[in-house]
Amino acid sequence: MNQALLSKSRLADFVSYLVSGHKVVAPVPLQEGRFKFDEVQSLADISLNYIPTILPPKKYFMPQRSTLLRYDLSKGQDMEEMVELEKLVLFGVHTCDLAGIQCLNIVFSDRPKDLHYLARNNFITVIGLECSDYCDSFAGCAMLHNHLPKGGYDLFLTELAECYYVHINTQKGEEMIEEASIFEAATKAAEGELERLRSRKKELFTSEVPIRYQDIPRLFEETFDSDVWSQLGEKCLSCGNCTSVCPTCFCFDILDEPELDLGSGERVRVWDSCQNEAFAAVAGGDNFRKKRLERQRHRFHRKFKYLMDRYGRLFCTGCGRCSRSCMAGINLKRTISALIEERG
Amino acid sequence: MEAETVSIENSGYRIKHGLLSRITPLTKQEKLLEIRLPEGEYLDHDPGQFVQVSVFGVGEAPISICSSPTRREAFEICVRQAGRVTTAIHKLCEGDVVGIRGPFGVGFPVLPLEGNDILLVAGGLGIAPLRSLINYIIDNRRDFGKVDILLGCRNPESMLFSSEIGHWQKRIDLNFCCSVDHAAPEWAGNVGVITALIPGVNLYPLKTFVMVCGPPVMYRYVVDELLKKGIPERQIFLSLERHMKCGLGKCGHCQIEDIYCCQDGPVFSYQKLKHIRGAI
Ligand SMILES: Cc1cc2nc3c(=O)[nH]c(=O)nc-3n(C[C@H](O)[C@H](O)[C@H](O)COP(=O)(O)OP(=O)(O)OC[C@H]3O[C@@H](n4cnc5c(N)ncnc54)[C@H](O)[C@@H]3O)c2cc1C
Ligand code: SF4
Ligand code: FES
Repeated sequence: MNQALLSKSRLADFVSYLVSGHKVVAPVPLQEGRFKFDEVQSLADISLNYIPTILPPKKYFMPQRSTLLRYDLSKGQDMEEMVELEKLVLFGVHTCDLAGIQCLNIVFSDRPKDLHYLARNNFITVIGLECSDYCDSFAGCAMLHNHLPKGGYDLFLTELAECYYVHINTQKGEEMIEEASIFEAATKAAEGELERLRSRKKELFTSEVPIRYQDIPRLFEETFDSDVWSQLGEKCLSCGNCTSVCPTCFCFDILDEPELDLGSGERVRVWDSCQNEAFAAVAGGDNFRKKRLERQRHRFHRKFKYLMDRYGRLFCTGCGRCSRSCMAGINLKRTISALIEERG
Repeated sequence: MEAETVSIENSGYRIKHGLLSRITPLTKQEKLLEIRLPEGEYLDHDPGQFVQVSVFGVGEAPISICSSPTRREAFEICVRQAGRVTTAIHKLCEGDVVGIRGPFGVGFPVLPLEGNDILLVAGGLGIAPLRSLINYIIDNRRDFGKVDILLGCRNPESMLFSSEIGHWQKRIDLNFCCSVDHAAPEWAGNVGVITALIPGVNLYPLKTFVMVCGPPVMYRYVVDELLKKGIPERQIFLSLERHMKCGLGKCGHCQIEDIYCCQDGPVFSYQKLKHIRGAI
């Protein structure tokens, strides 16, 4: 069975079932129409209607700070490799964020594999939730082909009139459904309703910027010397918000954090940002991306060109977080439009 | 269901214990460290590769391996005191232990060099990775054609490996030429930039492979001179220095366009680099 239905009145029971056996994190409301992923106890805590959370689910896969090793100098540079694990159910993940998790999986599964990431990944169950309309004007998911589900989840819920249509993508998902025993078999009628919803979405979600997915890398290739980058460079404050909130930014730094006794401590990985001025500086005084425009261009090119060359997919999910969080008003969709306009 | 910390094996961040078996000061700023891995383990590197050297509590620094892989019982690194980690390394004594990860990356192409002539161009600390190659060549000298070494440094006092260089100069199967930026009048050698030495080298361009390592500013000029001599682009190899944290192609610090210097390099052919904006 790959499909099931969950009546709307039983969604609360499903969440309770999840909470009874797992730590569950889901979108919860903050002030001013903002949301974050946080631990929930019941459906009442969850915002089913939410726009992208401030931080993407990346924070569970690759936390802002995670331990790589624990060392003990009293035993002569002794160390043990570590990973902090926590069984989690991520509930209510939108398709753009599912795509973000897939991007991270690709990077950390690529050789040499990152066992710290992969161990943690195995402990996380992902339950997706379909959007039926745009989150807001910053979203660009259709341009990036991420408005429809393309895997990356154990279960995926789509809201229909009376029930949720559930796509079961993994054995783990199937086992949850069996254990919860509140799901019903999918019906022809529900399938028809799902199809109608998807075709309505195809009309509603049209590429937000006039460019096709496959043409995006070339646009960036051809506009490397564009004025648009100098304009971005002048505006950007190098605060690094855009990279922190990005679901596919994975750059990091490695630091030692000694205990107070200085004899032992942890080597940790922390998020870093290519927007920091010293990110690409080396001893001897050279800095390979000294100018803000170079760092901004690098950020965009990583999303739309470099990682495409390397991993065969665009690393922008269209979630719109960078544009939403930029204090300088740098807007991703407007930037791409400006590049298209300038290239002609 | 609290978070638990579990140990994992074979993490890319695991370090090996490197015993500092000998420390030789080379100049005021640089020290040569001989390192032995536990139980005589062979590092098994290629000339031009690097290791991450760590001092727990301070951090890690990428450092080129400067000894030849033909030497199996120990390897050497030459460390310039440049900041926190390198200062901590400088404070260590013989018998102390550092952490070693690696070797990482792609080094100088060794096999294609066989039977061909080799020109090595080193600026400053760039002699460190090239010394690995030079000693490799010396240990397999029959397999290579003519070997020319050009070395540039700030002044005679900052010259690294000077006694070893003395031996190279005496060998009939190596041509060695050095130039310093500044020197006292009694200096008998050349004064000027290293690029000025290139036109004078007697070489067959199509049969010559060139390996370059030095400060970033040097590369453009050196490459121009080499191209003027008619050396094909695919026979020029440059070692790039970038900020490197993980060495595993993940952290992003060493990235130039779609390449990660730590894994795809640090050594690249000019044929490849000329298409990569911001590489040299
Ligand atoms: C492939 C490669 C080979 C190298 N080989 C040698 C060598 O053989 N001998 C040698 O002495 N040095 C070598 N270096 C340079 C050496 O890695 C840096 O001097 C060292 O990392 C500085 O660390 P620090 O903690 O002492 O300095 P910090 O106090 O951290 O900073 C001092 C300066 O070093 C730069 N820096 C800091 N961390 C790094 C890093 N991880 N990578 C690059 N630059 C950094 C900073 O931007 C700053 O400009 C090599 C670098 C690379 C990338
Ligand atoms: S959030 Fe905006 S201002 Fe901050 S680094 Fe990103 S683009 Fe620059
Ligand atoms: S050093 Fe981390 S990606 Fe190269």
